[in-house]
Amino acid sequence: MKICITSQGDNLESLVDPRFGRCRYFVIVDTDTGGVEAMDNMNRDGMGGVGIRSGQMMAEKGIKAVLTGNVGPNAYQTLSAAGIEVVTGVSGTVKEVIEKYKSGGYKTSPGPSVDSHFGTQGNSPV
Amino acid sequence: MMISVASGKGGTGKTTVSTGLALSLDSPVQLIDCDVEEPNAHIFIKPEVEEKKPVHVMFPEIDGSRCNFCGKCQEVCAYNAVAVIPGNEKAGGKTLVFPELCHGCGACMYFCPQSAIKEAYREIGFIERGTFGANEFIHGKLNIGEAMAPPLIRAVKKLSGEGTVIIDAPPGTTCPVITSLYGSDFCILVTEPTPFGLNDLVLAVELLREMGIPFGVVINRSDMGDANTAEYCKSEGIPVLMEIPFDRKIAMSYSKGTPIVEDFPGYKKDFRDMYGKIKVMATR
Repeated sequence: MKICITSQGDNLESLVDPRFGRCRYFVIVDTDTGGVEAMDNMNRDGMGGVGIRSGQMMAEKGIKAVLTGNVGPNAYQTLSAAGIEVVTGVSGTVKEVIEKYKSGGYKTSPGPSVDSHFGTQGNSPV
Repeated sequence: MMISVASGKGGTGKTTVSTGLALSLDSPVQLIDCDVEEPNAHIFIKPEVEEKKPVHVMFPEIDGSRCNFCGKCQEVCAYNAVAVIPGNEKAGGKTLVFPELCHGCGACMYFCPQSAIKEAYREIGFIERGTFGANEFIHGKLNIGEAMAPPLIRAVKKLSGEGTVIIDAPPGTTCPVITSLYGSDFCILVTEPTPFGLNDLVLAVELLREMGIPFGVVINRSDMGDANTAEYCKSEGIPVLMEIPFDRKIAMSYSKGTPIVEDFPGYKKDFRDMYGKIKVMATR
């Protein structure tokens, strides 16, 4: 099963990016094979609807769970429509997050964690 | 002839100038307040409102029986207002529409190979049309929280005729301003001689040069502040069309919502003289 962690860098030692739509990288991990793919987020400087586009990309990639700091309402709606599990409030390194997820240490978020445009309001860590 | 009144900075006196000009020229003129987020020319003008009508923008509505989730609509949408979730072995696809992001361009509808998209509409604000004397007054008012000012401004401007049209534009240099100024034969930039007024005047000048609209400057509260604005206009070859001094009596008249030319009829000549200068410089 493929999960995606929003990340400030392109490897397992990188820190989680607290933004979903406008994160620096999407690190996609196959929990069965251990395969890791870091994807540069080409949407991150978009004008608007970035969460929607990033959410839609998760669906295209066949992601089953997204682990990130925050998710806005439009991104949440898109991810939900695609049946993707959303986990917010995630921090630490990508590697730590994968281990914690595998051991059942996270709870699924019942809704968006921030309002629209959170990722544009100076909340960029990188 | 369409004359627009704009400014980089807010609060410089656009509405004082647009209403003063409208009340000084020979009737009939059309005064159109395009500052749809905060229209206020009616406070000076006190028009007899004859008509009020809502303005809508289009957004796509997906026909679930025809959509095959090909993703073309999402591909052509410049605003990410459509998201297509492809189906898989467990669940069918879904096409999501986010109306508040949609600019109503219709590209999704045009390109949909399945003809699965039809037009739906949502209200963004309203237009009011009325008269003052033998003149016509029109303004638009955008709903609170609504982001799509340009479609409402375009709807308001559609009511402009072939005669003398005075457009009261919003401040700034973004889409609502550009939409308001588009098609103008001349633009009056109202500024004040302060570092703030000058800073934003420079931005507005860049915009008008880009748009290719001839323009001149009105310096309001002209005897306060510094000389930098006048020097800037001189060095850039920008005509100063009129100067309105900082006068307590004018400020008091303004504070009561009285047009400048009503309490100080002498200004009618200044506005008419300015109109004479504009006619020479305007594109038609």
